[in-house]
Amino acid sequence: MIKRAHFKSGLLPYLLILPQILVTLTFFYWPAIQGVLQSMMLSDPFGQRNQWVWFDNFKELFADPLYLKSVGITLGFSVATAVTALLFGLFIASQANRALKAKAAIRTLLIWPYAVAPAISGILWLFLLHPNYGVVAFFLKRTLGIDWNPILDGFDALVMIVMASAWKQISYNFVFFLAGFQAIPHSLIEAAAMDGAGPMRRFWTIILPLLSPTLFFLMVMNLIYAFFDTFGVIHTITQGGPGGMTTTMVYKVYKDGFVGLNLGSSAAQSVILMALIITITILQFKYVERKVQYAG
Amino acid sequence: MVEKTPILDLLTYIFLALGVCVVGFPIFYTLIAATLPLEMVARVPMPLVLGDQLWVNIQAAWYKGNLGTLLFNSFVMATGITIGKILVSMLGAFSIVYFDYRLRAVAFASVFCTLMLPVEVRILPTYEMAANILGPIQYLVDLLRIEGVVNWFLQNDIQIRLELSLLDSYPGLILPLVASATCTFLFRQFYLTVPEELCEAAKMDGATPMLFLRKILLPLSKTNIAALVVIEFVYGWNQYLWPLLITTRREMTTAVIGLQHLIPDVDDVPEWNVALAGALIVMLPPVLVVLFMQRWFVKGLVEREK
Repeated sequence: MIKRAHFKSGLLPYLLILPQILVTLTFFYWPAIQGVLQSMMLSDPFGQRNQWVWFDNFKELFADPLYLKSVGITLGFSVATAVTALLFGLFIASQANRALKAKAAIRTLLIWPYAVAPAISGILWLFLLHPNYGVVAFFLKRTLGIDWNPILDGFDALVMIVMASAWKQISYNFVFFLAGFQAIPHSLIEAAAMDGAGPMRRFWTIILPLLSPTLFFLMVMNLIYAFFDTFGVIHTITQGGPGGMTTTMVYKVYKDGFVGLNLGSSAAQSVILMALIITITILQFKYVERKVQYAG
Repeated sequence: MVEKTPILDLLTYIFLALGVCVVGFPIFYTLIAATLPLEMVARVPMPLVLGDQLWVNIQAAWYKGNLGTLLFNSFVMATGITIGKILVSMLGAFSIVYFDYRLRAVAFASVFCTLMLPVEVRILPTYEMAANILGPIQYLVDLLRIEGVVNWFLQNDIQIRLELSLLDSYPGLILPLVASATCTFLFRQFYLTVPEELCEAAKMDGATPMLFLRKILLPLSKTNIAALVVIEFVYGWNQYLWPLLITTRREMTTAVIGLQHLIPDVDDVPEWNVALAGALIVMLPPVLVVLFMQRWFVKGLVEREK
């Protein structure tokens, strides 16, 4: 789209957009093309010789049980993180919306974890869940009798990174849900109340459907967050272990490419991630467009 | 009229208090641990009373983690990303929305293709690019056999090797993360809501495009810019994967990454009080920015993602 009233001048618009184009070309398009090319090559660790192998890297990946395991872990981890953070955020926002007083104070108390780096969130939760020193771990072991050890047990470690990742994301979801709640016209709620619908019924039949665009958008954003931004959590507190149980797809790209120096395989994994995220984006844009038509 | 339900209202406040406690507990516990001496923090469960060792622990973390240097690096990186992104995208969006030129559609499409792809999905090639920023030019030189032409011309045997590395440098930390279209998209959306009459009036008064940008668009974008400052500063400060790759020297990394060296291993002396004091210092700047600029931040966040 362009403004009806706009300027006509020769060189200036090109100059204005030049920085953006330059940065995008050097750090986006060129690397992306290189990545796609590299994913079809077999190179030695020193990058001296390359051999063209077409789709062998991809075939190898999908035959590799370790890669398939990391795909499974990523899916489980992301869904668990997103659902935990969404439910918690939705619940607190619904309560905050009902609160008559102190809305601003509640928001202030809940918003700041957004600013905490995922890696730091990881450190805090490692301390809480540490098998020797953690207070939550102590509670789990002593009171509930659970054999809890995220340093040695893979599943416990996975639970730990889900907690550390979801905690930070709650405030993000809270902000959006609260804005969503406040955008719902009060007259609708009042009308439903006059027709005799109780608070729960109003929530399920009026508020939740009206909130569904926010919910869908947040689902996408939370999944993307869990896919990519949680690298810091994993690298800081579990390094993909124990036994590879916290090796997500992004962590594996890093490990294979920069630690294992298997460049072809790492590039192929990057290409798969790119394809994945492009699919998600297209789906989201389709949905958003439908939403706009519905509103109009 | 919605019914009055005193019991439900009471429940609401109880749930809210619980929620705030659950969300706040990790930080509350960290605060206490950071004030305790080693022998108390290693006790299980740790006593929930404030100690008097906060300053000692902070000093230990500062020294052990080299936090002075690393915090400075984080600050340069976060500020650089914030300013870079806002400048680049403001001008870019202005060009796309307010000018009519032949390659406009191409420029628009090529920038917005990058909207959702984070740096995490293209780490290896981006790293190679940063390791030698002149790579594409070298490729052109090789492709066009310029070496041969030069050698034939000079009757000499010269090798052309172009190299400029961004590893361990501030531009290397900043530039690749500036390459994102999210801010440009936001500015574009905002410019489209600016009334047409403003531009018409400015043109009638004979204002040049740059004057219009400076005197009219810039003042109108103030709240947007404030929101973006918060969002991008937090984003830049909290980056992990990219600084981890692009820096090899310990004194060039960022504070968030440096914290890892403070975490005690299972067999180490459990100096959690020092590690958590360090974590507190490093998380403080972005948390303060969010809290103090909360109003703009919330507005910007919700509008940005629409």
